[in-house]
Amino acid sequence: MTAYLVRRAGQAVLVIIGLMILTFGLIHMEPGNVARSILGVRATASKIAIFNHTYGLDQPLYRQFVSYVGQVVHGNFGTSYALQQPVSTLIAQRLPRDLLLLGISTVLALVIAIPLGIYQAIRRNGVGDYAFTGVAFTLYSMPDFFFAILLIAVFSVQLHILPPEAPQATSVGGILADPRALVLPVLTLTLLSVASYSRYMRSSAIDVLAQDYIRVARAKGMPERLVLLRHVLRNSILPVVTVVGLSFPLIVAGAVIAEEVFNYPGMGLLFYQAATTHDFPILLGSTLVVGVSTVIGSLAADVAYAVLDPRVRYGRG
Amino acid sequence: MGAAEPGPGLAAIPGPAGPGIGAGGAGAPAEPTGQRGGSLRLILATFTENRAAVVGLGLVVLIALFCFVGPLLYRTNQVTVRLDLAKLPPGSRFPLGTDPSGYDVLGRMMLGGQSSLELGFAVSVATTVLGTLYGAVAGLLGGIVDAVMMRVVDVFLAVPALVLLLILVNMFTPHLWVIIVLLTLLSWLGIARLVRGEVLTLRTREYVQAVKMMGGSKRRIVLRHLVPNAIGVVIVNATFTVADAILTLSALSFLGLGLPPPAADWGGMLSNGLNYLFDGYWWLVYPPAIILILTVVAFNLIGDAIRDSLDVRLQRP
Repeated sequence: MTAYLVRRAGQAVLVIIGLMILTFGLIHMEPGNVARSILGVRATASKIAIFNHTYGLDQPLYRQFVSYVGQVVHGNFGTSYALQQPVSTLIAQRLPRDLLLLGISTVLALVIAIPLGIYQAIRRNGVGDYAFTGVAFTLYSMPDFFFAILLIAVFSVQLHILPPEAPQATSVGGILADPRALVLPVLTLTLLSVASYSRYMRSSAIDVLAQDYIRVARAKGMPERLVLLRHVLRNSILPVVTVVGLSFPLIVAGAVIAEEVFNYPGMGLLFYQAATTHDFPILLGSTLVVGVSTVIGSLAADVAYAVLDPRVRYGRG
Repeated sequence: MGAAEPGPGLAAIPGPAGPGIGAGGAGAPAEPTGQRGGSLRLILATFTENRAAVVGLGLVVLIALFCFVGPLLYRTNQVTVRLDLAKLPPGSRFPLGTDPSGYDVLGRMMLGGQSSLELGFAVSVATTVLGTLYGAVAGLLGGIVDAVMMRVVDVFLAVPALVLLLILVNMFTPHLWVIIVLLTLLSWLGIARLVRGEVLTLRTREYVQAVKMMGGSKRRIVLRHLVPNAIGVVIVNATFTVADAILTLSALSFLGLGLPPPAADWGGMLSNGLNYLFDGYWWLVYPPAIILILTVVAFNLIGDAIRDSLDVRLQRP
């Protein structure tokens, strides 16, 4: 178990270093001149030189990378070109909002998808299964932005019961104080996740239901409710744990779209605006934050897996 | 997917679209055919017995005909902007009306479909070749080479593809081929992991060991045992990749980084149309939305059906 965890953590560190190289290299592949796109076409040569010197852009690439890593380790992601604020401040402002939005949606999605998947597995090929499968299939095949705007069209424009814009408050408390405005963004992300989680849960539960220990449990006369709770739920939830850990990048991608549609001031919107204004420090910083969170998330999922499933522990030594 | 060495359950989760949706192997023929060559017939039989799969395949054929043969029968202007014909409602001259540039919407759906389908197929083929080779090499060589190759995959998987795309698309003029190349570079990772996992498990199977013991050549093992057994996963993944690529292009279009006019794709038509949804121009929204969703649903149905017909476990009564 310990050896496994140590190896896993070692891999995670390697991947994080790789991430820094990737994001750094990627963003410096960008053709065109940063100073020009920030200062405008009329900027004089000396202004550009000052800009480049201020941000260390006149140094060789490897020096820039080394100093970048040094800064990052100390929690400094540089200063945004366009917003003139430290990237770490911008991220620190927005990350809690995303944890709130993505946290609520992911928890809600699991609360809905896990029982739904088990229900579908039990009533496999019944009317209910087909109906939910059809809905999940359509949602899964729909562009995220279209689904979000359809929700606005129905609940805001037609029915006038929910605002079309996410809460604009800056603090987490302020966002929570406006729960009605939070409904549509959360609903969008939740339903899109339910569509995929419930499918994994369904197929995983179908596999488990076919196992001999389920038959044994039933043969012993165990009440069906207990069979489902003790055996089916616990065993079929394992692959879903991994899927949730792995789907973090997908959740983030969904958040970029949802935040753009609902104007939710989170990391997704920050990133999108930075991408359109070529604001490298923000792009570097937020890509790294997302990447590192993914690595840690999947590490956590693997540890959870090892804790939940003894076969992983003993099998890998 | 972070730095995860997949837990044991993970290898059983193929494809981004998740396992076991659709009608399942419901009507699968229960009668097992023992002889060689019978397996292909069984796969085909299972596939055609799955009504959802036949519907999916039929839809794909119809939509492809519509997009590629349609323009030969129904000629429209898709190049010159005609503001005098802008936003006309559906009528006898324009069956689905015109868009804000005066383009015929029905004709534009054919043109847009060509881009969307070409992109989907091109990305799928390129991804499959690249990912399969990469995964197979890693799995066959093993050891340190495998470890390094997989860490590279982990790095790319830790960052959401959409985030990397937003950075990359900004660097190039968005042309269909540019987007195909970029999407391919970001989509081969999943299949590489799957193929590697498949090769690793297959290598230790008794029948492969037996061939080795009997002095079977490496080439024989790869061609007669590894390829036929791993090809199912590859095909299923390729099918889902078509759907995913079409959806990703639509997300890019929504974020304003899709194909520039006069080129068109369904996602771009849809996201442009959504600007006019609340002014009653429904024909700018629902036709592209419906054909886009139908196409993605169709590919997902086919992928699920192939997986079901390959999965022996689902064929148990």
